[in-house]
Amino acid sequence: MKAIAINKQKKVSLGQSIILLLLSIWALTTIYPIIWVVLNSFKDRRFILSNSFALPLGEIFTLDNYRLAFERVDILNAYKNSLLISTSVAAVVILLAGLAAYVLARYEFRLKKLLYNLVIAGMMFPVFSTIIPVFQMQYSWGIVNTSNLFLSLLSTALPQIAGNLSFAIVVLMGYIKSIPIELEESAYIEGCNIFQIFFKVIVPLTKPSFATVAIFSFLWSYNDLFTQMFFLRTKTQWAITFLLNQLTSQEGTNYGLMAAAVTLVVIPILIVYIFLQKYIIKGMISGAIKG
Amino acid sequence: MTSHIYKNKKLIIFFLAPAFLFILVFLYYPFIKNIFNSFQEISGLGSASKGWADPWYSNYTMLLKDTNMWVAFRNTLIMLVVTVFGQVGIALLLALLTDRITYGAKFFRIVYFFPIVISATALGLLFNLIFLYDKGMINQIREIFGAAALVDFKSKGIALFTMMAPVMWQYVGFYFIILVTGLNNISSDLYEAAAIDGATSYQQVKFISLPLLRNVTCTCIVLAVTGALKVFDLPWTMFPKGLPNGETWLTGTYMYYQVFNVNDVDYSSAIGVVIVILGVLLSKLVNTIFKEKEF
Repeated sequence: MKAIAINKQKKVSLGQSIILLLLSIWALTTIYPIIWVVLNSFKDRRFILSNSFALPLGEIFTLDNYRLAFERVDILNAYKNSLLISTSVAAVVILLAGLAAYVLARYEFRLKKLLYNLVIAGMMFPVFSTIIPVFQMQYSWGIVNTSNLFLSLLSTALPQIAGNLSFAIVVLMGYIKSIPIELEESAYIEGCNIFQIFFKVIVPLTKPSFATVAIFSFLWSYNDLFTQMFFLRTKTQWAITFLLNQLTSQEGTNYGLMAAAVTLVVIPILIVYIFLQKYIIKGMISGAIKG
Repeated sequence: MTSHIYKNKKLIIFFLAPAFLFILVFLYYPFIKNIFNSFQEISGLGSASKGWADPWYSNYTMLLKDTNMWVAFRNTLIMLVVTVFGQVGIALLLALLTDRITYGAKFFRIVYFFPIVISATALGLLFNLIFLYDKGMINQIREIFGAAALVDFKSKGIALFTMMAPVMWQYVGFYFIILVTGLNNISSDLYEAAAIDGATSYQQVKFISLPLLRNVTCTCIVLAVTGALKVFDLPWTMFPKGLPNGETWLTGTYMYYQVFNVNDVDYSSAIGVVIVILGVLLSKLVNTIFKEKEF
């Protein structure tokens, strides 16, 4: 028995190294392209084209690409717009979805089944099938095709909020259902009304789930090119994803600038991801599975 | 079941109204309006309808005769096969391998998920640089290995590959995490019992992991199918307007092109409707093929 165990361990360690090697090859495909683009963002175009694997040291090193990104392309302004849109999307989504999820999880009422089905079905609509009427509707309200920055950002945020609400309600409902109801009952006995129960008992207890939903909504909105292309018209209104897309058509051959722009968009997100990966992975997965 | 504190329902309308107002106004109303639009004649995004199309179904007959639309259908179906077999297949392989290692699993989970967090637009730019004809990363690597001629990855014939490879690559990590979670839920007692009975690793995977992972894999396949219909950002960044020669159209990118470049609003509404129908049919199909089994 002992001999078998030892024999097996040896075999495993050889197998283990082969497995680790295979897994590392895929890991290389997800890590190296990012390192590659960051390194090349510090090089002039001709060095990118002649030897993109060299480290940007000595005379190859340049910050010109970044200068261009901040001066000519005004990437900071696009960042600001993106943050404004995506933070408000995340904030409104967790507030509205939290309120609705609480009632759907705790109350029994006649239309509950219907409302729940509305939420579930709401996750199935592809954006392609709603975007034109949304544009027409917001056009009639006068909030698209205007030079007003605030209104344009609003017109991008509103459909994104609606697009994330269904997923958020389902995830939050699941979480609230798992909270023991006794805490709410004792708060009720202490004299809290349901608004107080929601904000003082439910919200603090549901924090991890709120974080998951908020991060997912933020990222989704930040990365969503399609909606931005519909509603952001003038250069001052562009958000970061749209700016990147415009760069390909306008500065298509300025490869150094491209590399710098990609780096500027990707690195902050990756840093945030590394710190919050638990919530982010959970958010992305629960968003999809429940659908 | 309801607690006594939740018997008074007077105030719940304030909790439900804001969210459902949003959902009705920005999802359900536009969805129905879009179906109407597809039977109308509309000259521009900002202009009102000019009435019913003549005949009312004309957009749909036009759609059937549109060769670009058929290219888009074909490519979307190819994309679907690529996502199902490429994404879920590779993810399954990586997940089974990860299940066999004693340490490092967490590292791979974090790293494989990288591309999903990054916007597809940024990845499109990145892959433009990687696949650049004169000379991006791939052509430089080929040169190092002695290839004489450069490959134009955006030319006819190879363009579809260049478009779909990054899309496939991006979401492998997503299904990987789902499958790894599924594998972790399998009790280790089963493997121990099998090992005592003399089962090899291969046999353990074949007779324990795969059968017990069946339902999770089915979930992944359903997600991959619906995901394939939603692909837009990366193809539009790498191959705008169906370049080269309308070879790379997908249903989504063609719909956008019809709105903004052709300005045919009612026709693109019809494409939107067809995307929905396609999605419903395909998920029905997948659900019947991979009917969930109870164990």
